Amino acid sequence: MPTAGRACLIIALAICFYGIAASLYGARTGRREVIASGRRSVYALAGVLVVAFAVLEAAFARTDLSFALVASHSSTTTPLFYRLTAVWSSQEGSLLLWVLLLSLWSSAVLFATRRRLREVAPYATAVLLGFGAFFCALLVFLESPFDRLAVPPAEGVGLNPLLRHPSMMIHPPMLYSGYTLFAVPFAFAVGALITGRLGSEWIRRTRPFTLAAWFLLGIGIVLGARWSYSELGWGGYWAWDPVENASLMPWLTGTAFLHSVMIQEKRGMLKVWNVSLVLATGVLAILGTFLVRSGILESIHAFGASTLGIPFLVLIVAMIGGSIALVAARSAALRSEHRLDSLLSREAAFLLNNLVLVSLCFVVFWGTFFPLISEALTGDEASVGPPWFNRYVTPLALVLVLLSGIGPLIAWRRATAANLRRTFAVPTAASLAVLAAVLAAGVTESIGAVLMFCFAAFVLGTVGQELWRGVRARRAMSDDSVPMAAVALVRRNRRRWGGYLVHAGMAILFVGVAASSAFQQARLVELSPGQEVTVSGYTVTYERPRSRLVAASNGRLERIDLGADLEVRRGDGAPFALATYKSYFPSMDPSLGPVSRFFEGEATTEVGLKAGWRRDVWTAVAPDIRRLQERIDEGDRVFRGAEGLSDAQRGAFLAEALRGLTRSYTQDPPPATFRIIASPMVTWIWLGALVVFGGGLLALWPAGAAARRPATAAGLARVARELGRA
Amino acid sequence: MDPARKRTIRLVVALGCALTLACALVYTSFSAASEAREPSQLSTAEAGVVYQLTGKVAKGSYRHEGTLHFFRVRDRDGSASVPVRYRGQLPDPFREGREVIVDVRKQGDVFVGEPDSLITKCPSKFSAEQPAT
Repeated sequence: MPTAGRACLIIALAICFYGIAASLYGARTGRREVIASGRRSVYALAGVLVVAFAVLEAAFARTDLSFALVASHSSTTTPLFYRLTAVWSSQEGSLLLWVLLLSLWSSAVLFATRRRLREVAPYATAVLLGFGAFFCALLVFLESPFDRLAVPPAEGVGLNPLLRHPSMMIHPPMLYSGYTLFAVPFAFAVGALITGRLGSEWIRRTRPFTLAAWFLLGIGIVLGARWSYSELGWGGYWAWDPVENASLMPWLTGTAFLHSVMIQEKRGMLKVWNVSLVLATGVLAILGTFLVRSGILESIHAFGASTLGIPFLVLIVAMIGGSIALVAARSAALRSEHRLDSLLSREAAFLLNNLVLVSLCFVVFWGTFFPLISEALTGDEASVGPPWFNRYVTPLALVLVLLSGIGPLIAWRRATAANLRRTFAVPTAASLAVLAAVLAAGVTESIGAVLMFCFAAFVLGTVGQELWRGVRARRAMSDDSVPMAAVALVRRNRRRWGGYLVHAGMAILFVGVAASSAFQQARLVELSPGQEVTVSGYTVTYERPRSRLVAASNGRLERIDLGADLEVRRGDGAPFALATYKSYFPSMDPSLGPVSRFFEGEATTEVGLKAGWRRDVWTAVAPDIRRLQERIDEGDRVFRGAEGLSDAQRGAFLAEALRGLTRSYTQDPPPATFRIIASPMVTWIWLGALVVFGGGLLALWPAGAAARRPATAAGLARVARELGRA
Repeated sequence: MDPARKRTIRLVVALGCALTLACALVYTSFSAASEAREPSQLSTAEAGVVYQLTGKVAKGSYRHEGTLHFFRVRDRDGSASVPVRYRGQLPDPFREGREVIVDVRKQGDVFVGEPDSLITKCPSKFSAEQPAT
């Protein structure tokens, strides 16, 4: 089977080279059958890579330890779901997933545009296959996922316990989908620049893919944050880690592009800016992939020594150089058809929104790459921490949220004072009402958080007002009830209302971020059973220790859990229980004793979390296992001296010894260290993210027939009369 | 006002803002940054200055008293080491022999870790230990 997988990769590489040659030759000669052949090679690439991926998945599913990758990233005790998803926990498997997703998305876009963009598509095909060739070459020559072990081990290393979380296993495919989908507009932008077909059509045709990239990358980022919050034992969701930042940067420029492209479609402006944003987003997506794999920057996410740095660097330099050359060569054709009429216009608001998003991206880029910049300039490697990022990101985020409320209110071209008075009244009132409520509640410690609450209210006021005005206008043309009118309104312009829903979701999300950042209270304490501590008005009592020995479904010992049961109460309210524990997975180091290896392998904290609309209570335990050390050493000595035991006997005795250890932990519990955090409104972050994704889905959904039907003049006149009264 | 003149003014203002932001970014990043140092490079460390200490946790050096942790960090490829005192929750992958990054200040002969600044390079998804055969 490894041979079949490797053969697939070699065939895939050959297909890429053929497809590039066919597409370029077809584009130059205009021979449609050759162009079609180039396009079909992308479908073939997808097919071959599906087979390669299936081979690898099958090996993981049946724990075929003759595959080096399976032996080092899975084991017989790893549950099936994690065995299947462990494929992309490795460098090689994740590269294969990357190129597989690229081929699938490329196939989808080229199929959708097979009868359109006839001049641009062949070049886009060549660019997409160029990416495919790059990744296939890495898999064939540098990081083969199909290497075999001469002597398969009896047991595999297993999946890193920190990754045993459902969201962490879905997070990479989402991120890679985002990255690879951003390659689609990049490729078509290059095609448009080469052919000089710089109208809006390539943007219109690829917009669903750009939106899908933004949507899936966003899901990936939020899933990563959720994993960090609920699985890593520090209680945060964003640490400004280089790898986190790598995914944020293309998302920011992609967001900017989705806004500014509307100006190009409506007014024929910002063509250079738009094409530059698309190209920059494509480069940043590859840069993100490079950062994750090269180990060039220190990150909490470890990267093994990798040989991929140089090839990625060459690709990135080629992308940047090629992009600059193409934009410069086409600068005359990219001139705007109109100029900005007024700073009080929707174009200006969008432009400002773009500048803020790009500034955010630049800040993140600078902070992320600062170790390299400082080393290049001063010879000393230095880095900036979260306070530095927060200093810039907080004000920029405030402006961004405010603009997401202002943008939909201002008219295109030029807004009048009367227009502004009419449209700003409700959102401003909502904002002031929240300000009054916040001040009345005595929340004044953080000006940034208070401003964010007010601006978020402004955004929600804007969206609510626009919906209400739309419903009224709709009802002026029909006898629909209010809910039906709202549904019909949204169905008629899903893109617009999807966008508004995204704005509302972002406002909710930022409220959660502001509240949880500014008003979080945390304590690190050592407690013995029966002792208690108070955090933000919550009294947390260490009720009792807990411990267990966990066996996998095949009977093999998987891990030891040591933890605590806690009782939490606030004032006279009903108490609730929290359980937190640390799981210890055995090491594969043969030099360790059979008992001690269970405490020398990987460990992962299972957080105790009570989520609520107002506040989350979060706790993680760090058990003190020093008291067990004597018994652990004794166990190792006994097993070392026990010869002549069969594997079954050895396993049974080991299980009994470990059970004794876990029992002793609960019978004679040492004090344990607890990190206890009361974080306000974290749930709003996840809720806001859900609303954002709901809006994204709405915008992505294909428009129905009604949406494409033009409005009649009489209908428009009635709407105008109705809106005039509103 | 002449539209061309208006555009020039807008451009100058925009460029001025961009330049100001860029200068602030450069200045604050250099002034707020902590220099990355391995233990052997800390012999001339100044008291009170924050350094980003990188290296491996020396074998046999770890102990703790309640929430206070004591260990030595040694060079990745060498034996020079410095003592570190750290208060905070240790990341799950923290082990002797593992690579760590922690912001420290020199206090007497000991380097005191900034709270919650310690991160451990986990034996990642991309560099799993090799199975025993």
